[in-house]
Amino acid sequence: MDDPLMLDANAVAGDLAEMFGFDVSGSVHRCTNCGNQGAVATLLAYVHGPGTVLRCCICHEIVMRWVRTPARIYLDARGAAYMEMGLS
Amino acid sequence: MPEPLAWQIATVTGVRPESAEVKSFTLALPAWRPHRAGQHYDVRLTAEDGYQAQRSYSIGSPPSQTGEVEVTIERIPDGEVSPYFHDVLRVGDQVEVRGPIGGYFVWEPALGGPLLLVAGGSGVVPLMAMLRERSAAGDDTPTALLYSSRTLDDVIYREEIDALAVAKDGVGAFQTLTRSQPPDWTGYARRIDREMLSEVLASIGPQPLAYICGPTLLVEAAANGLVELGVPPARVRTERFGPTT
Repeated sequence: MDDPLMLDANAVAGDLAEMFGFDVSGSVHRCTNCGNQGAVATLLAYVHGPGTVLRCCICHEIVMRWVRTPARIYLDARGAAYMEMGLS
Repeated sequence: MPEPLAWQIATVTGVRPESAEVKSFTLALPAWRPHRAGQHYDVRLTAEDGYQAQRSYSIGSPPSQTGEVEVTIERIPDGEVSPYFHDVLRVGDQVEVRGPIGGYFVWEPALGGPLLLVAGGSGVVPLMAMLRERSAAGDDTPTALLYSSRTLDDVIYREEIDALAVAKDGVGAFQTLTRSQPPDWTGYARRIDREMLSEVLASIGPQPLAYICGPTLLVEAAANGLVELGVPPARVRTERFGPTT
């Protein structure tokens, strides 16, 4: 967990907002692997590869990952069992 | 539901050096929206061939400053975006931004305290926005700032932090210089450790709302140290910004 390259998902909140249409950094997610629940912003973000990977801060399993092309974003979010988002 | 974030063209209206490698840039925004202290803006640069580089920079100014935001940026020697800001961008130039962004690493007086702010290097920027917001709101939440820099010349917002220390409005400022210290230095002279965190905690109480921002390894050390000292993990919010240079 002492990886100097990892960031918090807060750093990619702009990209997440682009996908979801609003800010989800404070929204709650549940990790499919370990069941941990917490704010999306607490996920660990790896942004130095060709895509972006968000890992669980407890079990380190992948929760979300995405790549972007000039015209599209491809999102794999199967590591999030669910998300809970406020409507206001 | 708030409208989606859109990119907009900001105009640089001010550039101010903060320390040897750090400058603050004031950006006037055509679609300014009030931000929360701790939020950031994304900045996007596009090359002539279409290549884009994007970074996030914390807002240092308080939300009460309308129509513009101030981002404080450290120059990373091999960076793609920060050298452009430091070496190329001038007052009157334009740059593409979107924001404000982030709903987690934010503080406002209604969230209460006591407030513990731990910063390494330019990680002090979003925490200064919180301190400025606290001050602008006339809030009296007991607050402690623990700020780690390499040398005295690297301290960002130095005069403002020194003023906090003597203002006696409920903010305690603790500083550590990890690489070298002037002869008359009275602060800490080592990396943030558990003993230091314990001494800072003693000034505000054991159950603070903690915000830690800085290089990833500093954030890890400070967050783990606070949890070991009994601060509930749910009250420790972190913003890592990657490797130190």
